[in-house]
Amino acid sequence: MQFSELWLRSFVSPALDSDALGHLLTMAGLEVEEQGGVASVFSKVVVAQIVEAEKHPNADKLRVCKVDAGQGELLQIVCGAPNAAAGIRIPCALVGADLAGFGIKAAKLRGVESFGMLCSAKELGLSNESSGLLVLPEDAPVGIDLREFLKLDDTLFTIKLTPNRADCLSLSGIAREVAALTGSPLSLPACEVVAPSHDETRAIVLDAPEACPRYSGRIIRGVNAKAPTPDWMQQRLVRSGIRSISALVDVTNYVMLELGQPLHAFDNAKLGGAIHVRLPKAGEQVLLLNGQTITPAADTLLIADESRALALAGIMGGDDSGITLETTDLFLESAFFAPDAIAGRARAYGFSSDASYRFERGVDFELAGKAMERATRLILDICGGSAGPVQEALAADKLPVRAPIRLRAARVRRVLGIALSADTVAEMFHHLGLAVVRDGDDFVVTPPSYRFDLEIEEDLIEEIARIHGYDNIPVVAPRGPITMLPRPEARRDAMSVRRLVAGREYQEVINFAFVEEAWERDFCANADPVRLANPIASQMSVMRSSLIGGLVANLVTNRKRQTNRVRVFEIGRCFSHDAAGTPVDGFRQPVRLAALAGGLVSPEQWGEANRNVDFFDVKADLEALFFPRVAEFERAAHPALHPGRSARVLLDGREIGFIGELHPIWVQRYELGLAPVVFEVELAALLETVTPAYREVSRFPAVTRDLALVVDQGVAAAGLLKGLEGVAPAIVQRIELFDQYQGKGIDPNRKSLAFRVVMQETHRTLEDAEVEAAMAALTRHAEDSLGAKLRA
Amino acid sequence: MDQLDQLVAEAGTDFAAAADGAALESAKARYFGKGGSLTELLKGLGKLDPEARKTVGAEINKTKAAIEALLSARRDALQQAALEAQLAAEALDVTLPGRGAGIGGLHPVVRTLERVEQLFRSIGFDVAEGPEIETDFYNFTALNTPANHPARSMHDTFYLENSDGVMLRTHTSPVQIRAMQAHVEAYKDRETMPELRVIAPGRVYRVDSDATHSPMFHQVEGVWIGESVSFADLKGVVADFLRSFFESDDLQVRFRPSFFPFTEPSAEIDVAFMSGALKGRWLEIAGCGMMHPNVLRFGGIDPERYTGFAFGMGPDRLTMLRYGVNDLRLFFEGDLRFLGQFR
Repeated sequence: MQFSELWLRSFVSPALDSDALGHLLTMAGLEVEEQGGVASVFSKVVVAQIVEAEKHPNADKLRVCKVDAGQGELLQIVCGAPNAAAGIRIPCALVGADLAGFGIKAAKLRGVESFGMLCSAKELGLSNESSGLLVLPEDAPVGIDLREFLKLDDTLFTIKLTPNRADCLSLSGIAREVAALTGSPLSLPACEVVAPSHDETRAIVLDAPEACPRYSGRIIRGVNAKAPTPDWMQQRLVRSGIRSISALVDVTNYVMLELGQPLHAFDNAKLGGAIHVRLPKAGEQVLLLNGQTITPAADTLLIADESRALALAGIMGGDDSGITLETTDLFLESAFFAPDAIAGRARAYGFSSDASYRFERGVDFELAGKAMERATRLILDICGGSAGPVQEALAADKLPVRAPIRLRAARVRRVLGIALSADTVAEMFHHLGLAVVRDGDDFVVTPPSYRFDLEIEEDLIEEIARIHGYDNIPVVAPRGPITMLPRPEARRDAMSVRRLVAGREYQEVINFAFVEEAWERDFCANADPVRLANPIASQMSVMRSSLIGGLVANLVTNRKRQTNRVRVFEIGRCFSHDAAGTPVDGFRQPVRLAALAGGLVSPEQWGEANRNVDFFDVKADLEALFFPRVAEFERAAHPALHPGRSARVLLDGREIGFIGELHPIWVQRYELGLAPVVFEVELAALLETVTPAYREVSRFPAVTRDLALVVDQGVAAAGLLKGLEGVAPAIVQRIELFDQYQGKGIDPNRKSLAFRVVMQETHRTLEDAEVEAAMAALTRHAEDSLGAKLRA
Repeated sequence: MDQLDQLVAEAGTDFAAAADGAALESAKARYFGKGGSLTELLKGLGKLDPEARKTVGAEINKTKAAIEALLSARRDALQQAALEAQLAAEALDVTLPGRGAGIGGLHPVVRTLERVEQLFRSIGFDVAEGPEIETDFYNFTALNTPANHPARSMHDTFYLENSDGVMLRTHTSPVQIRAMQAHVEAYKDRETMPELRVIAPGRVYRVDSDATHSPMFHQVEGVWIGESVSFADLKGVVADFLRSFFESDDLQVRFRPSFFPFTEPSAEIDVAFMSGALKGRWLEIAGCGMMHPNVLRFGGIDPERYTGFAFGMGPDRLTMLRYGVNDLRLFFEGDLRFLGQFR
């Protein structure tokens, strides 16, 4: 909402300068977004008339003008503007004038003396561009200071109003607020009743009284629609950001800005019979003022006559029933439409209007009559004509109810943390124009018809806080019971997991949760991703079911920026359809952690031969995240991964993720150069850890034996190890795989796996016989179950 | 006697001339070995009479001890020299960089979230989270924003195809409701419900994209509900947090009236720095207010018995202000040259 300070001050004028007024509004909840003068700072610029304009003797584009600036004698001024011509009235900066820091002096231009400067709108900061001199009205008094003539000592305020303060969507509303905040006297425009001078009327029928409980109309005959809008009104409209269109339209806009009541003027000649305020009939269409033809939804209120729909009530007029410059008789509408009947409708049709913006937030339901009189008066004054009687259709029982609200003094103290005397509170309510009855310590408050935001006790408490000033509420260190938060030892939080991953040289990234559909297809083989109904762009149209696509894109981005070694991770939600999903039905949205490593395994360095990162480097990173818990890895295919170099990850037998080298076809398609290694696991699995348990440390020597087994190529090392651990006697403390060998001396279809077996007893030294027995048991198991042979 | 002194002097010269252990050993043999000078002298003792033997013997032993001392000193010196040579040969260019893996880092916004969590944990706030595909009920209705409420147009919402009544959450406020419900459920058997103090950081989504708006961004929601929680407490907690977060005691913080459907009274929080590029400018940094009674009711809490405050902040903006980042989009581009600056 934009408005002129001068206009506001015509209603209420506190002893505050513009900056202080702006601060006052902001701190009362009417946030001033922008504030600035209507013109730049200048002085000694007056209204002048060009008496004579001759071509400059030495320059084609310059003119030598004789100018009457009310100085007693004509001034000679050289001017380059193309429209400089004898007779026009223009702004003239006199010698000694200051135009935003630029001083005007007597000068010689191409050999001709010049005493001043004729100005364009741009030079005076009145607009951003202009072609030629600013031409003033023919009756502008010569010699008068331009700032005074154009009322340029004015400030424009732009206020960002919150949706609850519809009562401030007018100059009167803001003035009321300023008066309440400062205690300054308020004088609002008089809206005297205009006595009818003819008796023609049009019947009004409220077919949907819930949506429109009050509608008044009046016929004004014989207007001159072509009459010019007075300068003062144009100026106020323009300074409110509204273009002047024609006198009749300007008056309706002016009254809306002044009082807050949207009005609509119909061309009375285009209406047939009674006005109906009703809901649409099936298939009915309306051609709107903006050229749009719409088929209104069943809950969109219409203004209609006997034969057709004319307008969307409270939203926008129709194209063929509104006033034009040819209109002589008009039907003026001033109505109250219920917020619920208007809210969201314009948005659904893809536009908004000043009227719908106000009605959906709440227009004073007692204002329609006053606004009707005010607009009538202005129309008659500007366009002439004669007004008929006001017809009002009213469903009084359907008007909003202003129920009394009880405010308890103790509640104010409790919610705000401050104690205010009952008299102070009463005074605040008085300034706000709220009707108050005292009842012991309580107040019973009845809000006025223009306040739609006062419904409960808390709303009144907010009013008290606003008027008291949020700044004046103390900053208190809160007090509360001090109890410790549970911090289970066997749980860690996501932040500590992040620190672990970062400690393995991965950089955290945050990627968008909406991705290209191709990523879901390529990396997840997901034909049914969760799709956005209104994506911002096609490459952000589906919700990701895996974090891998984003990490691959990070690799691509960084390679383009000449960073080839990329180690990134992300923790984020993934989304998929799942009938059993929770907590939102139909969707699974687990938080996952994924990482990608591509390029050299180590940073560029001097001391060791470097190589590219491989599966086992990244597997070690993942294992470290689970430590001291041990995840299991099973070979498994995954759409994103190389089928021979990928595994599913299990924890306690439950699948929780995958790891592997990116599939060569994606490496090629996404131009990654070398295959990166990726993993993705459920974050929840990483948050569960273990509380350590003590085991006595043996003081007796350990015995170590090696066991080299030759098995088929296809035997998984982990399975073999697990089998050995399963049959190992209690003295076996651990079995470690320390070598894998294929090649010379071994059948090409087989491989050798070498295990180190560490044996120990807690309370005694082991005997050779039990060591040998243990090794024999392990060997026998390997031979019997896997056809292993001891390596020769 | 001269002869013996001379022998000591000769030994000294001989030993000094030995450049290494082996040379020293052969020099030693010339005195102590078979047929060595001292050995010969000792042998000659037998020919002397007992009286002279005693005297001469003592002299020879003195000489022997002196030569042994010279030998041992030379040995030490050679060992010392060898050690020094070895150490010199083993010297490294200690300015070469250390070997092995480097260190990664957290995302700058997560770094902020971590600090936010730590600061709030220090006054007893727990951390909660909620789903990002959220129902209309939790995202709007339970937050006192019924269908067609004008406040809904403040949030340009992403909806899902073929799924009515769900959306990408437009704020973290739905976690307020979920946290209240869980809290009420957890303590339903108690006479008095303990205070609920919780923050909820997370990603939120709105249909908006330019230099200062990202279609996905972060929020941190916070609530404190108890039997005597007031607006003054809200001011205290938020001001304390902002000064702690920015590590600045002279940070200006102001609260001005605003509107959110889920709080009443509501406030916008502005900060102004006393130094730096943004000195003196009021910057909008958070919204807050006393929880609306309807919202408490939706959470299962009696607004007559308990009051509470809620606030919502933008960690992306906090991060930008904290580190002087001037373009929001940098956070989501994954450029390691940018992200690596926050390790």
